[in-house]
Amino acid sequence: MNVITLLDMARNCFPDRPAITSGSRHFTYEDIFNLSGAAAQQIRNSEIENVSLVDISSPALPIALFASAWAGKPFAPLNYRLSSSDLTGLLDRISPALVICGQNYLNQIRPSSKLHQISSEHWLSPPRSETDHPQDWNSDPEETAILLFTSGTTGGPKAAILRHRNLFSYVTGSVEFMSAGPQEAILTAVPPYHIAAMANLLSSIYAGRRIVQLPNFDADTWIDLVIKEKVTHAMLVPTMLTRIADRLEARRETLPTLTSVSYGGGKTSRPVVEKILNLLPHTNFVNAYGLTETSSTVSILGPKEHREAIASDNPVERSRLGSAGLPLPTVEVSIRDRQGREVCPGQSGEIWVRGDQVSGEYKERESQLTSDGWFKTNDGGHFDTAGYLYIEGRLDDVIIRGGENISPGEIEDAILTHSKVVDAAVVGIAHRDWGEQIAAVVVLRQGTEASQDEIIEHVRSKLRSLKSPDKVLFRDELPYNPTGKLLRNVLREELAGS
Amino acid sequence: MQLTPGTRLKSGACDTEVIVVKAPSQDLVITCGGSPMAAPGEENSAELSPGLNSGTQLGKRYVNEDETLEILCTKSGEGSLSIGDSPLKVKEAKPLPASD
Repeated sequence: MNVITLLDMARNCFPDRPAITSGSRHFTYEDIFNLSGAAAQQIRNSEIENVSLVDISSPALPIALFASAWAGKPFAPLNYRLSSSDLTGLLDRISPALVICGQNYLNQIRPSSKLHQISSEHWLSPPRSETDHPQDWNSDPEETAILLFTSGTTGGPKAAILRHRNLFSYVTGSVEFMSAGPQEAILTAVPPYHIAAMANLLSSIYAGRRIVQLPNFDADTWIDLVIKEKVTHAMLVPTMLTRIADRLEARRETLPTLTSVSYGGGKTSRPVVEKILNLLPHTNFVNAYGLTETSSTVSILGPKEHREAIASDNPVERSRLGSAGLPLPTVEVSIRDRQGREVCPGQSGEIWVRGDQVSGEYKERESQLTSDGWFKTNDGGHFDTAGYLYIEGRLDDVIIRGGENISPGEIEDAILTHSKVVDAAVVGIAHRDWGEQIAAVVVLRQGTEASQDEIIEHVRSKLRSLKSPDKVLFRDELPYNPTGKLLRNVLREELAGS
Repeated sequence: MQLTPGTRLKSGACDTEVIVVKAPSQDLVITCGGSPMAAPGEENSAELSPGLNSGTQLGKRYVNEDETLEILCTKSGEGSLSIGDSPLKVKEAKPLPASD
């Protein structure tokens, strides 16, 4: 069991079908396979433990992933936006390593005898002497395929281990082999170090869907590329969805080729989802919930549910737009209380996940799985009576005011229903009497004004007064990390200082 | 033989290759085209038995009756997959929308 088998199957089936488009360059499945083989030989010839990539998306990415798998070494793509000292810290943890590095990042990496650097361009054009493939690959399912440093909005990054068996079962269990038509193309704008980029690469190769890479996301470039490449599919994180919705509206584009968009990787504001559904009525929308430690998606809200929700006047049905949908058939999801007991639908608790795709392991640490194989996600959530999963945010973000547990997600949703609000974040700030107080940071629609009391009153009309904010602050924008995760700790620090 | 997830097998009678995804703890012999499958490197050649030539499909998952065994076809061929006298059947999965 090795992810290289997924590529091998694809190139046996459709050797000449285009697999990757990057600018004006195209690579077929056979090209990717041959280049990966040659690169695997290079890896085997050097004495290293891991293969890393410090670059934006490029054809070097699939070659790096598959060559590492072929050579039997873990692949650890890193965040190219990190400072030189942070990068050095992470590279220390995976050295001796081969580092494939983009032109713009060569100076970011401090030379060391334990790091073999190679430029992304050179990686794609191996010397003639090294174009021989190794004959075979290791198919031990326990081998590590990918090491991903979790973006962790708090604390230092942990290196999540994804074994070949996790990724192989995720892909073969959720994707039908070569199910994509020859005209299908998926636009990928997430950076290589994000689990969605890894899952997208493997799933698309196995489905036979051409990948169009967009290295530096910008909403206008994204729209232009959809039109130029007749893109049919796309995967987006929430911040991208917001910006695309704004630009689509301004440009009056309808993107007729775009049949399917999946979004996830963070909480997406309901008004944004409603807006984009109305802008692209012919497009199937999928909301996916998953974590790095679960090899990406564990639950899906499908196109049918999106259409039913947007067409409904019933608030319960409409609220399903805020749901993460139903668990994949290959995965178990359970909501547990603090003692680890399963709770009833409607009750909140911690989301636990179990299945072959779930790793729950980190390098340098013991497995985080329970003895019976459950991974505790540290995400709060609940099921409704129809079995739809709702994500309430990280348990670390829960606010405890006067002994009451309050999850910020619910309050943010309530604030976002205010017509003048475009974005909102709710965090707890220390308070002498209450332990914590609820602070809301709100971004208003351009050209509008609202008072603190107006926002507080609005929340009170939607939720119990217990959950209304004690304080409302207005900002021009909220802090997000590059993959669209709200940086609550930045807000907390800022508010604590003010 | 004892099969474990990740075990690769090749047919002696045709081009079929499979990988074990899930296996029960007891020993099993998977046949293809009427003769036992073996590890890809092993010497294994046989004639395709008459009537056992319905073929294997690349990318399809095959399961036994109680679905304790699941294998993925990684290379197609002419033989039929069986355990003893029971043919393995294609596992039908409800298609999921692309999520990443």
